[in-house]
Amino acid sequence: MNDFFGLFLPAFFAVLLAILVAPVVQKHSGAVWRSITGIKFVQRNGVVISTYLLVAVIAWVVFMIILPQAYMLDFSFRHNLPPGKIGGPEDVYTLKNYQYLIFGRPGDEEMFNWLHLGVFIRTIVASIFVTLINFVICYPIAYYIAQVAKGGQARALILFLILPFWVNEILRAFAFRILFGTSGVINAFLQTMGIIDQPIDFIRADVALYAGLSYAYILLMVFPLYNAIESLDHNQVEAARDLGSPWWRIHWRVVIPHAKPGIASGCTLVFMLAAGALAAPQILGGPSSFWFTQIIYRWFNTGGNWPQGAAYAIVLLLACLIFVLTVMRVFKVSLGEIAK
Amino acid sequence: MSSRQIQNLMIFFYIILFFLYLFAPLFMMGVAAFNDVEFPQVVPWEGFTWRWFPQLFNDALMVEGIINSFWIGLGVVALSVPIGLAAAIMMTQVYERFQTIYYTVVVSPVLMPGVILGISTLVFWDRLGTLVDADYESLYYSGMFLTIVGQSTFISAYTMLIFLARLQRFDRTQEEAALDLGATHVQVFWKILMPFLRPAIFSAMGLAFLTSFENYNTTVFTIQADSTLTTVLAGKVRMGTQPDLAALAVLIIGITLIGAIAIEVAKRRELAKEAVAREEAKRAEHAADMSLAKAPAQ
Repeated sequence: MNDFFGLFLPAFFAVLLAILVAPVVQKHSGAVWRSITGIKFVQRNGVVISTYLLVAVIAWVVFMIILPQAYMLDFSFRHNLPPGKIGGPEDVYTLKNYQYLIFGRPGDEEMFNWLHLGVFIRTIVASIFVTLINFVICYPIAYYIAQVAKGGQARALILFLILPFWVNEILRAFAFRILFGTSGVINAFLQTMGIIDQPIDFIRADVALYAGLSYAYILLMVFPLYNAIESLDHNQVEAARDLGSPWWRIHWRVVIPHAKPGIASGCTLVFMLAAGALAAPQILGGPSSFWFTQIIYRWFNTGGNWPQGAAYAIVLLLACLIFVLTVMRVFKVSLGEIAK
Repeated sequence: MSSRQIQNLMIFFYIILFFLYLFAPLFMMGVAAFNDVEFPQVVPWEGFTWRWFPQLFNDALMVEGIINSFWIGLGVVALSVPIGLAAAIMMTQVYERFQTIYYTVVVSPVLMPGVILGISTLVFWDRLGTLVDADYESLYYSGMFLTIVGQSTFISAYTMLIFLARLQRFDRTQEEAALDLGATHVQVFWKILMPFLRPAIFSAMGLAFLTSFENYNTTVFTIQADSTLTTVLAGKVRMGTQPDLAALAVLIIGITLIGAIAIEVAKRRELAKEAVAREEAKRAEHAADMSLAKAPAQ
């Protein structure tokens, strides 16, 4: 393990430094390396600022983004050992953390670990469902603000859209508990109206969870959609209408194709956040249903098996990556457009 | 009624419904904060009370969480604003061939689930701590430090995006003019680039602090034995049956709404000021042209 630290780390550091600095080094001056001040990058920014730029960016990219991910990946292939045994003869690579997610403990009655696999599949399917709901809810609003509303009205609507999202995520989930609880507002309303006799357990039925998750990410769907639709020339809509196109065909053939990058970006953002959500499922999830992040949380806290949790986290990350790549392929957009 | 009118009416109705969905939950929570029952509920209404508010400040855990959140927020601002600034400036200087890969790497924390950032930070520093045989009291295992680092990983990407957006409007000719007039690169950086970026620095600081203050997903893994406002809140909400939470929500909503409106007003004023400045510049230019045009005639 000390080899790793002594050899790999500096090598990695050097390669990264080279990648970052080399491109800005003047290409054809053979004497560049004679002194540091000969480097174009340093010339351009001065020694102090060059140092600041390099240190800040490398600290971030290497020590906060790349290495932690690499270590997490590495950790997920290891045994759960007490600190004293780390680096010892028992500290070898293993696939058992991933095997456990798929097959459960060796010798279990079931072939597969349906408990955890089921939660994983449910999380992915439910997140896709939440994403679709969000798209359906947000599209009309985004279109209205972008194309129909006049300047002042549009700005006011945007302000109203943003306001609820300044409120803490946990308190937003709590609000849904008050709304959907068995003695909550909705049940009380339905009962006084005489529509139901017994309160409905919305929390156990996961209605509260889906409503809360959709609510939480509305803004992240509306804004990419709004930005994309706003750039559409309204004359195109008028032209389609003049040529006798019904409203649904205008949207299907003119607005939606134009808004593709926005749709892709909104959908990936909402999916990723829903699949990675922890607070809302903890607060609004039914007692019998789990979110995949909750299982990861358990491995790290009460479960006390970090490598196992790291393996589950890697699986979640891979699922998100596959989703993003699929969306990029389907909508033919680049990552830059999504992250805007 | 024509079909067009019916359509407009439906759209209007939909917008009302949409904003009802946005605001009704928060409004109900606000009402529950003043209801005189032992359980956070709106109906039946048992009478108006203030008593849930003082109860909040008797909760030592909550007060400790708020103080921790505050320090973590300051730490994140101190770390993520300089990093985001450096990364944005670097973006403008990196060789074009590497721009895409560089952008992909630095923007990836935005797209990564928060829990994963928390876990990777926790694992990384824990392993480092084991490697160097660090003391249990040292930075490697400090919940506050890890939380600052973990949150800064993605908040730096946010601040970078703010700086990038501002840099796109930067007029390169200003820089060139200063250099032509004999300024050094360092002078250009401090006297031209920095003043230009100042509004972006302030909004990046505000955004970094607020994002840090209300982050839960990353914090819950990195904070370990300590607590922040959000972890205390989540714990309380999960057991969750006291109206003082609703009272807290009312306070937070009140403060954030005032803050949000203040930011919005400031933004509008800034835009208006810019518009006025542009107008004046145009007028001055015009006046200069006029006097030049007149000069030969005199």
